[in-house]
Formats: sequence, C-alpha cells, structure tokens
Amino acid sequence: MIASTLTPEAARFREVIPAGGWWVHEIEKGQTLRILDLEGNQAADTLFFSAADPTERYSAERTIQEQAALYLTTGTKLMSNEGNALLTLTADTCGRHDTLGGACSRESNTMRYSHDKEPMHACRDSFIRGAQEWDIELTKRDLPPNINFFMNVPVSPDGGLTFADGISAPGRYVEMIAEMDVVCLISNCPQLNNPCNGWNPTPVEVMIFD
Amino acid sequence: MKLIFEKTLHGAGMWSAIVSRGKRLRLTDLDGGSNVSMLLYNADERQERYNMPDTLKGQHIFYLRAPYCLHSDMGRLLASITLDTVGWHDTVCGRSDAAHTLAKYGENNYQKSHNGWHRNGHDCFLIELAKWGLGKKDLVPNLNFFSKVVADDEGKLNFISDHSKPQDSLELRFELDTLVVLNTCQHPLDPDPIYRHRSVRLDVFSGSTPTLDDPSLVIRPENLRAWENNQTYHSLRFPQP
Repeated sequence: MIASTLTPEAARFREVIPAGGWWVHEIEKGQTLRILDLEGNQAADTLFFSAADPTERYSAERTIQEQAALYLTTGTKLMSNEGNALLTLTADTCGRHDTLGGACSRESNTMRYSHDKEPMHACRDSFIRGAQEWDIELTKRDLPPNINFFMNVPVSPDGGLTFADGISAPGRYVEMIAEMDVVCLISNCPQLNNPCNGWNPTPVEVMIFD
Repeated sequence: MKLIFEKTLHGAGMWSAIVSRGKRLRLTDLDGGSNVSMLLYNADERQERYNMPDTLKGQHIFYLRAPYCLHSDMGRLLASITLDTVGWHDTVCGRSDAAHTLAKYGENNYQKSHNGWHRNGHDCFLIELAKWGLGKKDLVPNLNFFSKVVADDEGKLNFISDHSKPQDSLELRFELDTLVVLNTCQHPLDPDPIYRHRSVRLDVFSGSTPTLDDPSLVIRPENLRAWENNQTYHSLRFPQP
C-alpha cells in the first residue's frame, strides 16, 4: 500500500459520483486521476479509451498478461488492446483491485440471481449512457470487460472464484497517472445482489491533478 | 452424431464459421501442448459476444472444463462443454500480438520463411473477424483451450507446460447459432522460447439441443436460467413449430 503525496486541495477538478451514476471525462497525459471510496466497499467500474482513437481501449486480458498477475495495485500498468500503457497506478491505500469480474448488467443479473431481478439498475446501462454522451459516440461494442476499483474477487489456487466482502474502507483511494491522453468512463456500481458494494451502494469522488 | 465437417490446422492456423445450435465442434490436440484461442458471437446479432467475466462469475470458477458453459454478455449461453479430456482451460490471459511474438521468438517474417513465418493471435483474430464485418471493437478476452494457468494467493500467474497430451480433445455444443473464430497460436504466457507449429483437428458433428437434465444445465442454477433466456430469445425470434 502506497499513500499519495497529493492533497485534495491541489486538485484542479473534483466531482462526487452518486451511487448508480456515471461519469465520463478526459484526462491528459501526465495528469493524475484519484478515485476515492468515500464510505467504503464501493465498486467503481472503470474503463479507459485513448482520447485520440477510442478503438484503442483498456484490455483486462492484456493487463493481466503484462504483469502475469490478476490483481491491480501500485505499479500496475493499465494496458490497451494495442499493447500500450494507458495509465500506471501510482498510489493505492486499498491494496488490490479486480479486473476479472466485469460489469453487472440487467441481462446477467437474470442469469446470476433470478429472472425477476431484470428491472434493477446495472453498470452496463450506466456505461452505455456515458459512452453515448462522449464527444465521439461509443456503443455497446466499445465496452470490453472493465476494472473494478475497490472490489475483491479472490481466485484460489484450485481455480475457485468468489465475489468476497470488500477490503476497502471509508477514505481509501487509488491513484493513477495518464501515459497518454485518455477518456475515463466510470459507472459507480448500483448492484444490490452481492457484497461488492457492501449491500449498500454509496458515492465515490474523482479528482484530477496536474 | 454424424460427422459433417473436418479440417486440420497445421501450425499457427486460423478458422471461422457459423455453426448452428445443437451441432458439436470437437477440437483435438494432435501433437500435445497446443493452444486454441477462440471467440464466439451470436451469428445473427454479432454485438452479442462471449463474455469472460459473466462466464467466470456465473459459474464461480477461474477456468473452464466440462460440463461448464460459455456465456454471452446478454445473459445467454453460446455453448456448453460436452466432452473434455483435459480438465482446465484458460480464459483470462488473452493472446499474443506482433510485438510480443517478435520480442519472444525473434524476427521470422513472410519474406524470409514464407508460410513457416510467425503469426500471432491478435492478428489472426482481426483477419477472421473482418470477414464477418467485425473488427477491433469486437476483440474481447478470449478462450485459450488446452492451456492451463494457475494463480497463487497473491494473484501471480503460473503457466503449466505440457498440460495437454497428444489426442486430448474438447467438444462444444452450441446453444445459439454461433459465429466461431479461432486460431492455434501459442499461449502468450507459454515460456517455451521456441515457436511451435503444432496441429489441431476440428470436427463438426450433427447434434440436438439439451434436455433439462443435461449436466451443463444442472451443474449451476445460473446455467439453467441462462438457458431459459436462450429459450425466450428463440421463441420470440424464430417461427414456432
């Protein structure tokens, strides 16, 4: 766990994303993005795209391949489908973040929980709306499996995978420096059917530092 | 089951086809140590595609084996693993690309070696996807059949060499009309410094759709609910008997 030397007062941009909300914003090369878990155990589903060419985008599999490891923490390079680093994690007071679990969707909720969960709000709907509102309209095809900051999805040596209770807490954060101009798309997860949000979705805050 | 198609891919080969529901695709590792990278799409609605996270979290597993299923991003099943002599198949490590292949195996281009050159998984996927109107946006985390990668408690990955033996095989039953796109390039975490040209046979058999007591639908209630979503899709979309 590595703490940051940046103070919130120095941020050039701050915004609170409410539970179930979405946020899309450009981050310039050299700027630092902080995502702050305000109340604890809140999954921030996150995607990145190259601002110059959004067909270059975050790749969970390329990120896993690059570090030959599953979890994200300080030092992890967030890799694109073109094999370039989009951002690098520079501080992390949570300790591990997931990129296997993807986003919840209304369709997958019917598969995972029961058919009557279909009306419940889900991350993919937020991602779709955020993607549609960016300068270059993106579609469902532009939404690959994402990062789940603050989410704990342990894999056991025998190959089991669970959505476990969170290891985050109020005030924990993760920070990353942009290695190119990127667009960040966040869905602040509304999931109520598993412990990824501590059964109670809460806001997160984003900050951008020069 | 009647054999309706057979083909052997030699070396780093690639193949794509639409296979209708109920049919079976059998992959056989002829030499041992092969890797088959695969992506699946709904043949009619190609923005519906194989989804690694939903496949894993829906079945509470980190890898694939029979009788588990391959889930789409729309809460439906694309295929079920109906036969498997290997027992562990990776789906989180992606595929090799041109830079990775050059750095790992050295320069070996077409001009120098003609069809003995070094292809890579990323380019093979893009070439076959383009033939069905798909491209970079459709390239998502793929399956790596015959390859085993394990994680320790800290999440560090370890590739298990020589996991698949000669004549090991795997069979998929398609649960939707499915576009199958595959290639046989080496696994990206395979530490073998030599670029291998291994052979894989593909056989497609006729077949029928599963009944409710099918092992793939019984092993997880999530698979049965996804199958029910398939049934709804088929009943709305296609003429009813």
